Amino acid sequence: MAEPLFTPEEQKKFDAGIAEILSHYPSDRKSAGMLPALRLLQDLKGWLPPDGLRLVAKSLEVTPERAYEVASFYVMYHLKKPGKYVIDVCTNLSCSLWGAEKMLAYLEQKLGLTAGETNDKFTLRETECLASCGTAPCLQINEDHHERLTQAKLDAILARLS
Amino acid sequence: MASTAKTVEAVISAAWGKPQSWTLDSYRSRGGYDGLKRALSMEPAAIIDEVKKSNLRGRGGAGFPTGMKWSFVPKDSPKPKYLAVNGDESEPGTFKDRYILENDPHMMLEGIAIASYALGVHTCYVYLRGEFKFQAERTQAAIDEAYKAGIFGKSLMGKEGFALDCFLVRGAGAYICGEETALLESLEGKKGWPRLKPPFPAVVGLFGCPTVVNNVETLASVPPILAKGADWYAKLGTDKSGGTHLVCLSGSVNRPGVYEVGMHTTILELIHDDKYGQGMPKGRKVKAVIPGGSSAPVLGADELDVALEFEALKMKQTMAGSGGVIVMDDATCMVRSLWRVARFYAEESCGQCTPCREGTPWQTRLLRKIEEGRAEMSDIDMLSNVASSIAPYPPIGLGNTICALGDAAALPTHSFLMRFRDEFEAHVREHRCPYGDHPWGSFGDWS
Repeated sequence: MAEPLFTPEEQKKFDAGIAEILSHYPSDRKSAGMLPALRLLQDLKGWLPPDGLRLVAKSLEVTPERAYEVASFYVMYHLKKPGKYVIDVCTNLSCSLWGAEKMLAYLEQKLGLTAGETNDKFTLRETECLASCGTAPCLQINEDHHERLTQAKLDAILARLS
Repeated sequence: MASTAKTVEAVISAAWGKPQSWTLDSYRSRGGYDGLKRALSMEPAAIIDEVKKSNLRGRGGAGFPTGMKWSFVPKDSPKPKYLAVNGDESEPGTFKDRYILENDPHMMLEGIAIASYALGVHTCYVYLRGEFKFQAERTQAAIDEAYKAGIFGKSLMGKEGFALDCFLVRGAGAYICGEETALLESLEGKKGWPRLKPPFPAVVGLFGCPTVVNNVETLASVPPILAKGADWYAKLGTDKSGGTHLVCLSGSVNRPGVYEVGMHTTILELIHDDKYGQGMPKGRKVKAVIPGGSSAPVLGADELDVALEFEALKMKQTMAGSGGVIVMDDATCMVRSLWRVARFYAEESCGQCTPCREGTPWQTRLLRKIEEGRAEMSDIDMLSNVASSIAPYPPIGLGNTICALGDAAALPTHSFLMRFRDEFEAHVREHRCPYGDHPWGSFGDWS
C-alpha cells in the first residue's frame, strides 16, 4: 500500500488550516481558498504531490484539474520536489546593473548547477523582480530575501545552509 | 550636488526607521486612527467628496483619481461590496509598498477602514505578492492588533452595527496578478487571467459583486487626508494631483532607495540631490532613465529636467506609473537592458491573448540575437513590427490585448528603438555587443 500523504500531526494541521481558510470566504465560494490551500499543502510537504493536489481539490469542492491548473500557473508552487533550498536569483535590470548576472554565474559555479537545475540540496533558478531593486543585487532562499549581496555576504549565507 | 531640492513634508514615510514604528502603540502615539475617528463622524458620501477634493490619484500605476473610483460603486446594489488591496508590487523598479507594509502597516489598515466605511464594505482582502513573506508577517501582526483593539471586527472602532473583516491573502508568484481583474481572479482562487472590461470591478468585481481595488500607497494616503483635511493634502501637490508620493530609485546611482518627494521634484534632483540619490557612481554619466517602472517609455539624458508627476511625464510621452525610476549610466548597453526588460514580460505574460503570448518571447529572441551579434538590420525592423503587433505606438487606448501587459511589453521596445536605435544598429554592424563583456555591476561588489 502506498504511504499515506500526511502523518497524523500533518493531517491535523491541514484540516485546521483548511477550516481557517474557508472561514475567510462566503460559504458558496469555497474554491476561492485555492491559493492559501496550496500554500498550506506546500508548507507541510515542501512541494505539491499529486495526492495532495487531489486532497486540496476535494476540500474546496473542485476538480483536481482545477487545482493543477492553478498550481501550474504560479511560479512559487512546486509541482516537482525541489532541493532543500530553493535559491531564486533576480537578474532583472536594476539587479543586473549591480552585478546580478555575475552573482548568478558565481553561484552556478559554486553550486555546480545551471540556473533551472536541482540537486539534492539546491534548486537554483533565475527569477524575475523581487521588489528589492533599491537593495540590489538580491536573491531569495526558500522565500527569505537576502539583499545588498556581496560575494563575502553570499558565501557566509551559503556556509550556514546545512 | 548639494541639497537644493525643495524640502518635502513627509506624509507617508514620516515614521520609517523609528523604533517599533509598525506597532499599533507607535501608530496611535502619532495620531494614528484619528482620520478614521473623524470619518466615522461623517456621512459616507462626504468622505468620498473629501477624498475627491484632495486630488489623490492612485499610486499603483494608472494614476486614476481615487475619489472618482470610489464614486463608481453603485449605492443601491443588493449585493455585498468588497475592497481589495493591491499589494502585488511586481513591476521591475518598484519597491515602495513593501516599505509601507514593513514600517507602517497601520497606515494602510486605517485607509482600509476609512474606505470601507465610506463605501459600505464589510469584507476587505489584502492581496500581497507571494514573495512578500516578511511583509505578510508584519501586516498580519498589524491586522491581529487591529482586531484585538476593536478597530476591525464586529463594530468598526466602536461604530455599532458596522462590521469589518480584513483578510490577508498571499499570491504565489505572478506579476499579472497586479492587474486589477487578474488580482480578482486570483482572489477567487483561479489562475490570474485578466477579465475583459467593461464591466469594471466597481460594478462587477470579486464574486460578481461591486469591488474597489486600491493600491497600498493609495490607501495609506487616505488617513492623513481625513485627519488634516483635503485642502491641506491637495496643496502639497499640483492642480491635478494632490499630496506627496513615494518614488523608488534604483540602478546606477550612489544611493538607491525609496524617497518621498513632491509632485514638483524632478528626475535630475532625484538622481543628484544629497537628500536622494547623491549622484552617479564615480566617473559615470547618466545615459537613460526609465521613470515609472520598467514598462514606462525610457527617457534620454537630455530629457530629465522633468517633474516626477503624472501630467509632466505624460507631456514627455512617458508615464509616472508605479514610481520606479531606473537609472542607466553611459557604460550600460541599451540592447542588453531592453533584453532584460523584454524577458520579464515574456516570462510574465499570462498566455491569454495571442499577440502578447507569442509577441513577448519573439521580442526576447530577437533582442538576444541582436545582443549576441547574430542579427541583420532587418531584425531591428522585425523587432519594431513585433512590438507594434502587441501594441502600436503611439498608443491609442489599449493595444491588441485584453489587459495592459501587452502595452507594458511593447512600450519599452518602441521607446528604446526611438531613442537609441544607433546602438541596435552598431550591434548589427560590428557583429558583437560594442560593450564587449559588458561591465554591469562594475560599481558594485561584483566587478
